[in-house]
Amino acid sequence: MHVVVFTKSTPDTAAKVEVDANGNVTWGDSPLVVNPWDEYAAEEALQLKEKQGANTTVIAVGPEMDNDALKHCVAMGIQEAVRVWDDALEGSDSLGQAKALAAAIKKMGDVDMIITGKEAVDVNSDAVILQAARFLGWPVLSFVAKIVEIDPATGAIKVERLVEEGRETVSAKLPAVVTVVKEINEPRYPSFIGIRKAAKLKIPVWSRAESGRARSEVEAGAAKTKVLEKFPPPPREGEVEIIPSDDVEEAARILAEKLIEEKVV
Amino acid sequence: MDFSLSEEHLMVQRMVREFAQKEISPTIREYDRKHQMHPLALPRMAELGILGICIPVRYGGQGFDYLTLALVCEELERVDTSLRVIMSVHVGLNSLALLQWGTEEQKQRFLVPQAKGERYAAYALTEPGAGSDAAAIRTTARREGDVYVLNGEKMWISLANHAHNFLIIAVTDPDARPRYRGFSAFIVQREMKGVTTGDIKGKLGVRAGSTGWISLQDVEVPVENRLGEEGEGFYIAMSCLDNGRYTVAAGATGLIRACLEESVAYANERHTFGRPLADHQLIKQKIAQMSLWYDTARLLVWRAGWLKNQGIRNTRETSMAKWYATEMSVRAALEAVQIHGAYGYSDEYNVERYLRNSKGATIYEGTSEIQQLILAGYALGQRRDKPLRCELPAYDPESWRSEARADSG
Repeated sequence: MHVVVFTKSTPDTAAKVEVDANGNVTWGDSPLVVNPWDEYAAEEALQLKEKQGANTTVIAVGPEMDNDALKHCVAMGIQEAVRVWDDALEGSDSLGQAKALAAAIKKMGDVDMIITGKEAVDVNSDAVILQAARFLGWPVLSFVAKIVEIDPATGAIKVERLVEEGRETVSAKLPAVVTVVKEINEPRYPSFIGIRKAAKLKIPVWSRAESGRARSEVEAGAAKTKVLEKFPPPPREGEVEIIPSDDVEEAARILAEKLIEEKVV
Repeated sequence: MDFSLSEEHLMVQRMVREFAQKEISPTIREYDRKHQMHPLALPRMAELGILGICIPVRYGGQGFDYLTLALVCEELERVDTSLRVIMSVHVGLNSLALLQWGTEEQKQRFLVPQAKGERYAAYALTEPGAGSDAAAIRTTARREGDVYVLNGEKMWISLANHAHNFLIIAVTDPDARPRYRGFSAFIVQREMKGVTTGDIKGKLGVRAGSTGWISLQDVEVPVENRLGEEGEGFYIAMSCLDNGRYTVAAGATGLIRACLEESVAYANERHTFGRPLADHQLIKQKIAQMSLWYDTARLLVWRAGWLKNQGIRNTRETSMAKWYATEMSVRAALEAVQIHGAYGYSDEYNVERYLRNSKGATIYEGTSEIQQLILAGYALGQRRDKPLRCELPAYDPESWRSEARADSG
């Protein structure tokens, strides 16, 4: 079984993200980290490696800054890393990146599962992975909280998905795309031996041409989405109200009433 | 000159930071209040390989350089001093001494399990009547055939109640003059008959750290557990301090950073006189000073680390880093409490713990006064480094990461 983790580098969630005078999103000197959701995906891939002998690869579609995420996953124990990039992808949208990703997965040939976090924390979107699944013609199992079983004989995967009402168990045929939520596991730290390997690793870069896509299919001009404006979200406004009562039960009753009144509960 | 950290350094730094922040930071205040070691500290640091960070792979370690050791200590003490103290005694004062002075057989027996974190290690020089005046120790080791019989008491020993292996300095020749030429070093194991230990309570700080005493009553220590030659004990003890002080300095740098980061956060958040604290000039001055202390301490530590990597003696540079970083960590903690005002005086915020934790480091592993004597000694030409029979090995990435034993080619 070959499991591929799809990832990217994102600014640290503690970073102060701003829109600069030129309309670009910046995060100052804050370091890049692996997209936090993808750590759960990498952990799950590693557990499949340990329990079922899966081969593991981590892939990113993006510029050099994505090496940070790839190396983090290798330091955790993922065996191989590949980055897909060339200048034609500069400014591409999720569709262009999804085409490049799907092409790279096809080039690998033997992939049984792509696993990734439920979304990229910087753009709050999972568009790339869903579009790539469509190009590959693979089913998507999203918001997975548990991989129940993978039957190598039938090539079926059964998972528990987190849905609003609780959990639902679904199954699909491999190859498939799996996106995970944090309930699925507790990601391990990179190991020191992994850090030694990752630090000296030269990550191969597959160009768009190598993965068999024409420039016109992926470049910015082929983007189907248009960014009109970038602006910081308005600051959150909140009010604090203290319920004036010495009697705890009385205070609780007033609180409950207010919560019902405001339709919080 | 290159001040940049390697990719590997940055990855180790991030990993240790994540461990300390995630597993220790949320609950350390509780354990500090209870005067208890954090239950995850030793076992998790062992399991993650932190306890063997700068020990060659062939001796069970992780094969990183001495600068990595400093970065790890900084990250650990950023969260709590008790974590860095573990590194100081287990790695700095004990394991590195085995690497420097141990025979191949001793390295296999003692260093390998320590670097793997299977056995914890401590260092015992100080006694109830001998601190700065280390030459005044009274613990004796009397040779009887194939064993030495040890008697005496050691005090203020970190991890006394947790360590499996102790590096004990004792008097083997009471007639030697000067006295310190009659000292020898021994690896004493907890399971040896006559070894008892206990904790010391009522400390001002590092309350989540274990500090205690060791009593030795007719403990029979085999000759093969003697580290170095007979009479080399004082030199070994002092060489240990070159490594221990380095970890203390690096940790104190982390403590300064903790004070700086938390003061910056508080200064931006808290408003007085209609504006954030950060807009008041006197607060800015404190923040500027902390930044200066942090950078200076870090540069002094890194210089000592660089020297260690090169295999160059660094008693002077390490002493300077230790003196400066620990004294400035006390000042940074005082300023951090001041910036936090009344909140800083209560344990609702971390800075009061930082203040209590900072003070010890200006006393242990050579007081600030001892560091000043050392530095003045070098400057006045009254003190010179003499070559040791065994020097701390320079860092060589290739051999440190090789699985093969050095003597097997």
